[in-house]
Amino acid sequence: MKSEPSTMNKIIPIGPYHPLQEEPELFKLYCEGEIVKDIKWETGYNHRGIEKLSESKTFDQVFFLVERVCGICSTSHPFAFANCMEEIADIEVPDRAKYIRSIIGELERIHSHLLWLGLAGHFLGYNTVFMWVWKYREPVLDLFEMITGNRNSYAMFKIGGVRRDIENSKIPKIKETLDFLKKKIDMLVGAIMDDPVIHARTKGVGILTQEDIINYAAVGPTARASGVEIDVRHDDPYAAYPLVNWKVITAKGGDVFAKTEVRLLEILESIYIIEQCLEGLKKENEGDIEVLVKEIPEGVGTGRAEAPRGEVFHFVKTDGSNYPVRHKIRAPSYVNIATFRKACIGQTISDATISLAAVDPCYCCTERMACAYDLHTGERILDGKGLIDLSQHVTDTLIKL
Amino acid sequence: MAKDLLYYLIFPGFLFTALVGAIFSWIDRKVTAWVQFRKGPPFLQPFYDFFKLLLVKETILPARGSKMTFLFAPLLGLTGAALASMLILLPAIGTKPGFNGDIIVIFYILTIPSLTYIIGALAAGNPLASVGASREMKLIISYELTFLLILAAIIMKAGMTITIHEILAVQTDEGAFIGSISGILLFIAFVFCIQAKLGLVPFDMAEAETEINHGSFIEYSGQAYALIRLTRYMMLFILPAFLCTVLLGGLRTDGIHLLWTVLKTLGILLVLTLIRNTNPRVRIDQAMRFFFIWMNLLVIAAIILDYFNL
Repeated sequence: MKSEPSTMNKIIPIGPYHPLQEEPELFKLYCEGEIVKDIKWETGYNHRGIEKLSESKTFDQVFFLVERVCGICSTSHPFAFANCMEEIADIEVPDRAKYIRSIIGELERIHSHLLWLGLAGHFLGYNTVFMWVWKYREPVLDLFEMITGNRNSYAMFKIGGVRRDIENSKIPKIKETLDFLKKKIDMLVGAIMDDPVIHARTKGVGILTQEDIINYAAVGPTARASGVEIDVRHDDPYAAYPLVNWKVITAKGGDVFAKTEVRLLEILESIYIIEQCLEGLKKENEGDIEVLVKEIPEGVGTGRAEAPRGEVFHFVKTDGSNYPVRHKIRAPSYVNIATFRKACIGQTISDATISLAAVDPCYCCTERMACAYDLHTGERILDGKGLIDLSQHVTDTLIKL
Repeated sequence: MAKDLLYYLIFPGFLFTALVGAIFSWIDRKVTAWVQFRKGPPFLQPFYDFFKLLLVKETILPARGSKMTFLFAPLLGLTGAALASMLILLPAIGTKPGFNGDIIVIFYILTIPSLTYIIGALAAGNPLASVGASREMKLIISYELTFLLILAAIIMKAGMTITIHEILAVQTDEGAFIGSISGILLFIAFVFCIQAKLGLVPFDMAEAETEINHGSFIEYSGQAYALIRLTRYMMLFILPAFLCTVLLGGLRTDGIHLLWTVLKTLGILLVLTLIRNTNPRVRIDQAMRFFFIWMNLLVIAAIILDYFNL
């Protein structure tokens, strides 16, 4: 945080602890006055070694582990992992399980987008939106509690199906909540899309062109807001998405407003998908939610799922045992955060912060590897082996106590 | 002399304004909570906040700032707020007529708290605070002209008198100034000026929490921050009271008029609270354009209308 008064250049830090972000992450904005001239970002505050941990868990346990990669989109990682394992073992999941998977995935998209919308309001200093939207997010979490027993981290997925059924008796209650939500979302769409002050703050801010999206390989609503029609549910259909009728939402602007628009309309589209899935559920027999999987053969597989923030990618290599040999995860924020550089340079600090928030960055998803370097010698002082040594040392001292 | 000191320290100066201001701040927070489907804080919360900062919390000084300036700025701001409250309230509630030209003095003194925020922020030596200070400066530049034009219009309405006492006398004779089209326009512009002076959304960019982390006040803690909180409580009461005095016919305390006074100030507070809860924060350049172009035009229109006695 050294300021250099001679050149009028100053570094505005966003992070590691900053009200803009719930998670630790450091962005340094090099500013001239209020204009951002350059940025640098530092990650690594949140690394937990999920991939390495995964190699020491059985396939059934990995679901619970990857569910904890992200707290908000906690079903997208199990979803991608299930797709991946089913590709390796060549399993066809029963239709009822497919519908249930899609319902969980779409409910999660609704609650994640509502969460973002509330936070975006808070970032703009519009706390009323924050409180209202989070109030309407609550029924979705209640639905989750009714269906899965948990408000978050649902533990619904397993290889070959799902763990719990949605009984047909619960369908009317789900429909009732969805109808309530639809009304409230329509109200929010009206209130937010027509507010002139919100237009002033978000239109033309943090623009990403179609070319930028392709260059940065951005995914999810960030890409769709710039008119790039990319959606794993559509491009590489999985679960019940080919069985229902829906469309990919895109917008043209590429600015913060377009991203808001895409997310709001996606909530309505998700409600539409869930309604069709519920109709589909009624046709299937209750209890027919899984196929028995005896063993996983040797092989490699990839699985993709459309998380609320974009494409989640899992790669797993198996050797015939019940542990993954290698498990690679790529979360959507990993590519989306990089677009921040393009979106914020040349803007004011006010606009830069909302541009960053607009990609809905999720750092705990993103962080895969961290290492520390000595500031003066540039020497790497803590790597994987160093971390293991350190943890062993700590354990030893604890045992001796 | 002793009486003047009493006016300054107890009533209607420092102590009274601080108490009413704290209650106003509670009302503001409670209404905000209702708007947002929350329960809101208990009645004594502003006092808890203030005394916790004053008595419990330690004061941390910035390592690379100018420490004396940093600590004296809030004190200066508090002094200014107390002085303004005395100068406005004494003639407004009819205890003692002010001196000739007091409205001009009040205009200057009302700027002191904002100026001390800038001084304190620049003395803190923090890049975020300096961004906050530069935004506060730009904001002052933009709304002060509007504020001055409003006062000019009011002086014109009152027949070229620059004493609050006489402005009130004109309003008592001819009805409050807000009872005309120009008066309503002035009221609107005045409300937005108050919003900017208090640093409430949509004009809270100087402390924008999610952008620059409470900007101007980022380095303040403990007693120094307690004084800033107190200044802000006081300003939350003084500015609506000033608006009441110059446009809504004063703050009379005799008989049924006391009820009207309370209702008028609370009504203005409600307007301020609702504006801050139904708008996002604007950018500083948008705020400047808003005041330079739209608010100034509005006030000039009011002055022209007033010329035709509308």
